[in-house]
Amino acid sequence: MGPIMKVTAQPADTTLTLVLDGELDASSAVVLDTELNKPELLKYKKVLIDCQRLSYISSAGLGVFISHLQRLQDSNVKLVFFNMQEKVFNVFEILGLDSLMTIVPTEQEALAA
Amino acid sequence: MQDRLRISCSRENLQQVRDFVRGFLVSAQRSDMVVNQVVLAVDEVVANFIIHANGEDASQFLDLLLVLADQHLDIEIEDHGSTLFLPAGKVANPDLRAYIQQGRKGGMGMALVSRIMDQVEFFERNSHTVCHLTKILK
Repeated sequence: MGPIMKVTAQPADTTLTLVLDGELDASSAVVLDTELNKPELLKYKKVLIDCQRLSYISSAGLGVFISHLQRLQDSNVKLVFFNMQEKVFNVFEILGLDSLMTIVPTEQEALAA
Repeated sequence: MQDRLRISCSRENLQQVRDFVRGFLVSAQRSDMVVNQVVLAVDEVVANFIIHANGEDASQFLDLLLVLADQHLDIEIEDHGSTLFLPAGKVANPDLRAYIQQGRKGGMGMALVSRIMDQVEFFERNSHTVCHLTKILK
């Protein structure tokens, strides 16, 4: 079985956008973890996560974001989610993570956040 | 209505489990949000059985049974591995601010299950671990 999560990195000046496509679970979370672990991530001011085609997230996926958040904050890199489907946002809400992470509706708002 | 699935203990089979639960609930005409929540609860329990109880030993297997009668959903996940795995059904609220500071990856799965399902129970049957989840689908 092939990977069920594809992560595409789109660098632009001081912002890096990671486009997620697929389902983020205990099997596929390693793909995202590898991307967020790259040292060059820390040279950006902002890492935007485009969630438009993220159709599912489990605690393993949430755990990847949580495990990198402090490291990014310590390096003054802001992590911003946008285009999140309602059912995926609901998973953040169930745990109360929506108040601890920056989640906005559109790319424009993510760039301005 | 009811349906069954047997999978081996490999995390690559989580997708198959989710497709199975989704297909069952969509055919019962449940909303996208409710379907996703129940899929998530089952995925979390199955991932725990595969990774923590069976160490991803693909020679071991799990049986899933879904039963929906009116609005009452019963889910049984039976672990045929030889090690008993009996976590608490209800778990304390995770301190997410501390998790962020510690860069912690795990420890949220059963909290999600507890908040989504009405009842979460782990018990022993014939020397195997069984997880029973229930939810009234409104």
